[in-house]
Amino acid sequence: MQALAVHDLVKTYRNGNQALKGVTLEVPEGDFVALLGPNGAGKTTLIGIVTSMVNRTSGSVRVFGHDLLREPDVAKALIGVVPQEVNLNQFDTVHNIVTTAAGFYGVGPRAARRRAQECLEQLQLWDRRKDSARNLSGGMKRRLMIARALMHRPRLLILDEPTAGVDIEIRRSMWEFLAALNESGTTIILTTHYLEEAEQLCRHVAIIDHGRIIEHDRMSRVLRRLKEQVLLLNLRDSVAQAPQLTGFPVRVTGEHEIEVVVGEGHDLNDLFAALEQAGLHVLSMRNRSNRLEELFFRLTSRAPGARPTAAEVMP
Amino acid sequence: MRLVGFYTLARKELVRVIRIWPQTILPPAITMTLYFVIFGGLIGRRIGEMGGFDYMQYIAPGLIMMAVITNSYGNVVSSFFSAKIQRHLEEMLVAPMPNYIIVLGHAAGGAVRGMVVGLVVMLVALMFTELPMAYPLVMLSVFALTAIVFSLGGLINAILARKFDDVSIIPSFVLAPLTYLGGVFYSISLLPEFAQKLSLLNPILYMVNAFRYGMLGVSDISLWIAYSIILVFFAILYSTCLLLLRRGTGIRE
Repeated sequence: MQALAVHDLVKTYRNGNQALKGVTLEVPEGDFVALLGPNGAGKTTLIGIVTSMVNRTSGSVRVFGHDLLREPDVAKALIGVVPQEVNLNQFDTVHNIVTTAAGFYGVGPRAARRRAQECLEQLQLWDRRKDSARNLSGGMKRRLMIARALMHRPRLLILDEPTAGVDIEIRRSMWEFLAALNESGTTIILTTHYLEEAEQLCRHVAIIDHGRIIEHDRMSRVLRRLKEQVLLLNLRDSVAQAPQLTGFPVRVTGEHEIEVVVGEGHDLNDLFAALEQAGLHVLSMRNRSNRLEELFFRLTSRAPGARPTAAEVMP
Repeated sequence: MRLVGFYTLARKELVRVIRIWPQTILPPAITMTLYFVIFGGLIGRRIGEMGGFDYMQYIAPGLIMMAVITNSYGNVVSSFFSAKIQRHLEEMLVAPMPNYIIVLGHAAGGAVRGMVVGLVVMLVALMFTELPMAYPLVMLSVFALTAIVFSLGGLINAILARKFDDVSIIPSFVLAPLTYLGGVFYSISLLPEFAQKLSLLNPILYMVNAFRYGMLGVSDISLWIAYSIILVFFAILYSTCLLLLRRGTGIRE
């Protein structure tokens, strides 16, 4: 069963901007998919159409087999959405916000109160239930939006940059929460600018650029397509010039640091053997860049040198 | 599901009215008290009778309707527009809430505020004069229908509004003049013939007069024409709300 099946989706805005140029995307039930793309690629438009916030120009959207136009009530009831921008009633209390949202999905007051306790406890907001949304921190507001989206127990959860502007500790706790939620059977589609987040959480990745899906595959397969890794090795002894490592291009990047490229046909065991042979003692090692980030830049035709796109990768 | 959605939305609107009662209930009560003191007490004594009733009694139904109209309209326009600006309107739009429930839920919230304020003004009026109830069912039905019609008007205004100025233009430049010229303070029989005919184009005249008929038993116009006009306005405004929501005007890309 496909949790989401989008076919030939086209969106042309009134100003003529064609944000989606025939997007087709299928997300199987139980999957955890990262939807990536640079700013303006069409991610938010795609999510907007799936969540009924944006009217499509043409194409179809089915949620667990239910057409969003023909059976909107059934399809919408299966989706939970956490939007990119904070859209809470700032003057309402945390408890009211989640119970009201549940009511909009037909959850009665008694069940809504019970679920509010469950969801707010899971997202560590139960102690703040009587506070107004405006008195919450940015991270708490993000968690409240997740709690709100889960009140009607959706089978498909769509999160549009849920961890933007959230500190690393909260971000990691949200990752754990989302991973557990997916384990329990909820299909999750996540857009994020933190590619590390996508690499860590998601089984599949879809990359959208200029209104088209340019890649959609298992995360591991996509990453395997990267034929080289660039590693930074921290050495015990200082190096004045690049040591000879047979089969591996090397560059000195610091007094105790070298950069080694592990290309196609080689693996880390080969590298360790070469290091041993050269008599180099390695204290630590790290990837020069996030692998998915590298791939992302390649697929979206952005040379790594042209990376003032920092805003596109990290908010 | 639909009943729960309607209940949730109407309750949310009502809770909002109660939570900010110093903004929603108190100001109209004070304003109307001033109207009764100035127009009814001070100026009214010099005017004498109108339509067979003392002036204070004559303007009481009009002032009550004025409060109902401005508050039911104002409630929906401010609630819906602020939900649009703060974007929490999206909660409703992504949920399986049919458009008619969104319309009726907001109309119910606005109508309840309009009627609560109308009752408060009625209580204020009772401190100044006696209020007969000639036809209670007429009073009640016109009271409720007017509140619903203007709630729908407020909803249309809020859906179309793009900036804060847009939510004050209609109340200031359309609603207020029509209300003041809608027979709140006078009988149109006092006007020259041309002005009388012009007044008949003002829908608020029919609502005020129908309510006055229910309370005092006197009216400048036929009750059935008044009911017809109110129901026609209800049908037009309700359909317009549904059309705008279906098209996503002002709320969806």
